[in-house]
Formats: sequence, structure tokens, C-alpha cells
Amino acid sequence: MDIILVGLSHNTAPVEIRECLSFSGEHLPAGILKLRDYEEILECVILSTCNRVEVYATVEKPELGVARVKDFLHACQPDLPLEKITQHLYIHKNEGVIRHLFRVAASLDSMVIGETQILGQVKDAFDCALLNKTTGVVLNKLFKKSIFTAKRVRTETRIGESAVSISFAAVELARKIFSNLRNKTGMLIGAGEMGELAAQNLVNSGIKEIVVSNRNYDRALDLARLYNGRAARFEDFLQEMVNVDVVICSTGAPNYVIRFEEVQDIIHRRKNRPLFFIDISVPRNIDPEINKIGNVFLYDIDDLQSVVETNLKTRKEEAEKGEHIVAEEVGKFTQWFKSLEVVPTIIALKDRMEEIRRKELERTMGRLRSLSPEEVQIIDGLTNTIINKILHNPLVALKLEAHSTNGLLYAEAVRKLFDLEIKVSEKETPGEES
Amino acid sequence: MLNILFFKIALGAYFLSTASFLYQLISRREGPRRFSYAITGVGFLSHTLALIIRTIEAAHIPITNMHEAMSFFSWALVLAFLLIEYKYRIYVLGSFVLPLTFISLISSSALPMEIKMLDPMLQSAWLGVHTIFAIMGAAAFSIAFLAGVMYLLQEWFLKSKRFNILYSKLPSLDLLDELNYRAISFGFPLLTLGIITGSIWAEYAWGTYWNWDPKQTWSLILWLFYAGMLHSRLSAGWRGKKAAYMAIIGFVGVVFTFVGVNMLLQGKHIFV
Repeated sequence: MDIILVGLSHNTAPVEIRECLSFSGEHLPAGILKLRDYEEILECVILSTCNRVEVYATVEKPELGVARVKDFLHACQPDLPLEKITQHLYIHKNEGVIRHLFRVAASLDSMVIGETQILGQVKDAFDCALLNKTTGVVLNKLFKKSIFTAKRVRTETRIGESAVSISFAAVELARKIFSNLRNKTGMLIGAGEMGELAAQNLVNSGIKEIVVSNRNYDRALDLARLYNGRAARFEDFLQEMVNVDVVICSTGAPNYVIRFEEVQDIIHRRKNRPLFFIDISVPRNIDPEINKIGNVFLYDIDDLQSVVETNLKTRKEEAEKGEHIVAEEVGKFTQWFKSLEVVPTIIALKDRMEEIRRKELERTMGRLRSLSPEEVQIIDGLTNTIINKILHNPLVALKLEAHSTNGLLYAEAVRKLFDLEIKVSEKETPGEES
Repeated sequence: MLNILFFKIALGAYFLSTASFLYQLISRREGPRRFSYAITGVGFLSHTLALIIRTIEAAHIPITNMHEAMSFFSWALVLAFLLIEYKYRIYVLGSFVLPLTFISLISSSALPMEIKMLDPMLQSAWLGVHTIFAIMGAAAFSIAFLAGVMYLLQEWFLKSKRFNILYSKLPSLDLLDELNYRAISFGFPLLTLGIITGSIWAEYAWGTYWNWDPKQTWSLILWLFYAGMLHSRLSAGWRGKKAAYMAIIGFVGVVFTFVGVNMLLQGKHIFV
């Protein structure tokens, strides 16, 4: 039995293809059951996100299985010619599949390394397959282990630690200035898209209130309602600044809206309570000189961008450590997967029996010195027969089930019951296909 | 001399805990947090034992010479740190407090340690109370000083937009400023009580409450300075960076009053 993966992702396919092939929530169960109906597919899971569509399956004959999955993808999207799909696909087998899934779940293969969504998506895909009973021993263990590995990567490295978007970076900085955002007020001046996003993030981080100020007062009212905040007239925003703690500025003005002297005056009236300015407008709307005023902190879009870049760099470094963890877990899983093979189990079982027989025979013969060579031979034959008779049924059952998913269960049970150690030679490792 | 044995155990434990706290400062990971706390706890317990045993052996509160004063100061500093940790959980604070504790304790160990017969003039309960208040006040001001240093570092990282490991480990400016303020509002009444009990004792010993001894004069200067600092925060909003600078200046004054006066100026306060 082999594990195969046929899929495409943001690395190989443009969004037009990805969106065509993706399975949305309600279509996924139907898709997975349809796939399951192919005779060649033993187990299957479909992982479909906006960045990837991947089909995981266990099959008897990998080439045939891959062809079936391709047929399936084509059948789901008949308008798309098969060649058009095929050219974006990547195909992995066995160890390649294991490594790929572990990396995906650990967010090492994501567009933004270390993002947290993918793990949930992997879990959902697995749950859907479980619910529709399309998985068995191998894929169950594979997906559980991938989730386990992802969690290990997350806790043992700092891959998901720091903000990698401008608006999150702004919130993170606010947390280094103010200990508790719950008793702080934010203000949004202007209504640029990025500014709105940053304000939304402040709200999500539990800030007490957002004051919105805009040249267009109605727009300010709308936004204020959105954040459960309060609107202020554009003429009054300087006045408001005495009482707010975080100012997000993103107007379309071509000049400085907030000037040095004004801030100096405000900070004096605030009795030096810190004030955090985030200027996400281009051209800048806040005089950069104000960063020199005590208790005033000003970050413009470039500053935030460089924070994000530093954090991304850290994530990449941490991803290296993540790769080591993945490699370790892939090694363990591959070992387990190979040990499932029925033939090595049969050999190991026979060896174990023969070993016991010989040992016991030697011991007994040591005590029965008076026997003639003929009698020794008879006893030897007798023990042999007993072993063979005992082993006959189990071996037949194992061989019979060797090619079904049940066979794996049998093999595993036998290994545990007889404490068999199965040596897997490294040479047998099948390489990756692509 | 059982007290000296426990004192040395404490010294060893603080050496290890200083090393482990400093390691966590530069390490990318969280560092050996549990070990740091555990070994600090071991140091604190054996130091407490050392102080109790010494009190019994000497039959008076053991703050009568420089060794004892520095030793008690270290003890008070760690006590303050443990209390703050319990409330605020500023792990990185240990990387600042423990080195100071260790420096103070190792200086203390370099001074004559044996228990001496007490000058009859010094035999008064007021003396013990006075020194306890004064030194605990000094420990509180030291915490304010360290909070000030941490504030200035973090403020500099934020202003100059440098994001290093230390930046990620230091808490928010708000929290550091609050710690500074709390430490001073704690230390100030202790200092006040220290001065009052000191003058009561002076009345017993010298027959006068106040005689402008250099130590007394400097304590008064410190008292005025910290009073001014608290006042300016409440009335003029001297918080943040200004408060951090003031806590640092105040600490220099504390060190001078504590140690410097004895070395540089002549006065009746020859002992501590």
C-alpha cells in the first residue's frame, strides 16, 4: 500500500485555477464521497483552502491511484481541460506525502510562514473525512501526527510569535507602550483602508473606545458605529487628542495635518501621559519631528513595514528550526508506516518462533543425553510441526489481508502481541516524485 | 557560626540565580525560568535563616555594621523582587535585581563578618527599628532605580525603532513607570519612619533629636528629593522619562547616603 498526494497550491497554480478546483464547505463531503467511490482509492482526505487544493489518499497501485485522482479533479471541473489542471499539479508518494503534509500543517509551506489558520483547516479537512468515514488506519494516524507536529513546531519555535502585518505590528507596538489597552482610547483620523484595518485591530485587542474624525462627518458617524465608538468633527480632533492614547492617521491630505507645536502643547496638557501616533498616510500627515517630543512615539508606514520585515526574518529563521522538527517526525512516521508492511511482519514472526523453538530444543537436549540421533531427529521434527501448525492460520490470515487496510491492523496486532522488531532498510525508501 | 554558613549558601545561590537571569536576558528563548526562580527562592530562604540565626547568636537585630547593613539590604531587595513578581510577573526584572543583589551581598561578604559586642550606646530597640526602616526604604528606592533604567532602555528602543531581544523581553513603558511610582510611594514612608525613629534614638543616645550629622543631613536631602518627586508626578505630571531619570538620581543619593557618607565625611554615624 502507498500514500499518494495530488495537489496544487499558491506555489504552483495561479488563483484562477485554485478557485476553480477548490471545494467550499458544503461541497466537500460530496466530493470526498465521490472520490471514495473509485475502486482504487482506499482512504482519502481532501484539504481545500484558498491557497491550496490537495488530495491525500492511500492506494494499492500509486500510478493508477494518481490517475484516478486526476480523473476525479477533472470530473469535478469538466470545463477545465485536464492538461490545464495537470500542469499545475504536484504529486508525492509515501515519505514525500508525509513530509509535505507535516510542513503544510506546521505552516512552513504557507504564503505567510507561521500563520495559524492552516492548522485549523487541516483539522477541518480531517474531521470532514472522519465524519464521512473515508479514512482508515494510515490517514488517521498521518493527520493526527501532522497536527501533533504542527503543535510541536508552534511551541518549540517562535514561528508564530510576532506580527507580520502592518496593522498588527501597530497593535503590538501599542502594547509595548501601554500595559493595558482596555483603559485606553484610540482615535482614527481620516478613513484610509489601512487605517480602518488598524483601528479594527485595536478594537479586537480590547481598546476601550475609538473616536473617529473625518472631514466628511457622515462617514465618521458610519465608521464610529462600526467600531461601537464615537465620531468627532474634523475641526475638533486636536482637542480630542488630549484624551486619547493612540492616534491612527490616514487621511489623503497632501501636507502635515498634525504639527510639532500642536503636539507639544497637547502633551503638556495631557500631563505627559504617553501618546502613540501611527501615520499610515502617504504622503505623511504627521510632522516626523514630533518623535523627538518626550512621551510621544511616532511610527510611519515605513517604520511599521520594517518592523514587519524584521518579524518575517525572525519567522524564517524559526522556520529552519521547524524544518528540523518536521524531519524528525517524518522519520518516526515513515518508520511506523513501513513496519506496517505484512511481509516483513510474517518473516519476523517466523524468525521469532524459530528462535524460541531452537533455544528450548537445545535446553531439553542438554538434559536428555541418552537419546539416539534418530530420536533427536524425531523430537526436532515434532517441535517443527507444532510451530507450523500454530502459525498456519495466522499466516494465512495475514497473507489474505495483506492488501487491504485491515491487513495493517493485523500486522500491527501481531507485532505488538509477539513483540516483533521489524528492521526497515533505508534503501527501500521510495523517493519523491514530482 | 551557623549564620555564616547559611549566608554563604545564599551567596552561592544568588551567584547561580544572577547567572541564570543574565543568561535569559541574552537568550532568544524564554530561558531557564523555573531554575531562576527556584534558585532565587533557595537563596532567599537560606539568607532569611542566616539573619534569624545571627539575631539569636548576637541577641540583637544584626544591623550594626557595614557587613550586616549590606546583607540586610540584599535580603530586602530580594523580598521586594519576590513581592513584585507575585503581583506583576515581570520576569525580566530578575535580570536587573539579582545582579544588584549579588554585588551588594558579595561586597558584604568582603567586610568583617564576626559578631562584635555592641557599644552600650547602641543598645536600644530604636536602633534596630531605625535601621530596618532605613534599609527597606533604600531597597524600595533601588527597585525604582532599576525600573527607571528599564524604562529608559525601553523608551530608547521605541523611539529609535530598534527591536532586539531585550526590547521583546522588557514590559510596557506604562508598567515600568507604574513600578517606579509604586516603589517610591512605598519607599518614601519607610524613609520617613527611618528618619523619625532615628531621631528618637538619637535623643536617647546623644540627648538631641537632630544634630546635623552628615548622615542626617543627607537623609533629609533625600527625603526632600523624593517628596518633590512624588509631588511633581501628581501635580505637574512628571512621569515617564523624567520620573525614570529622577529615580536614577535619587538612587545615586541613596548610595551616597548609605555608603559614601561614611567614607568621605566625618560624623557620629560611623557604624552604618
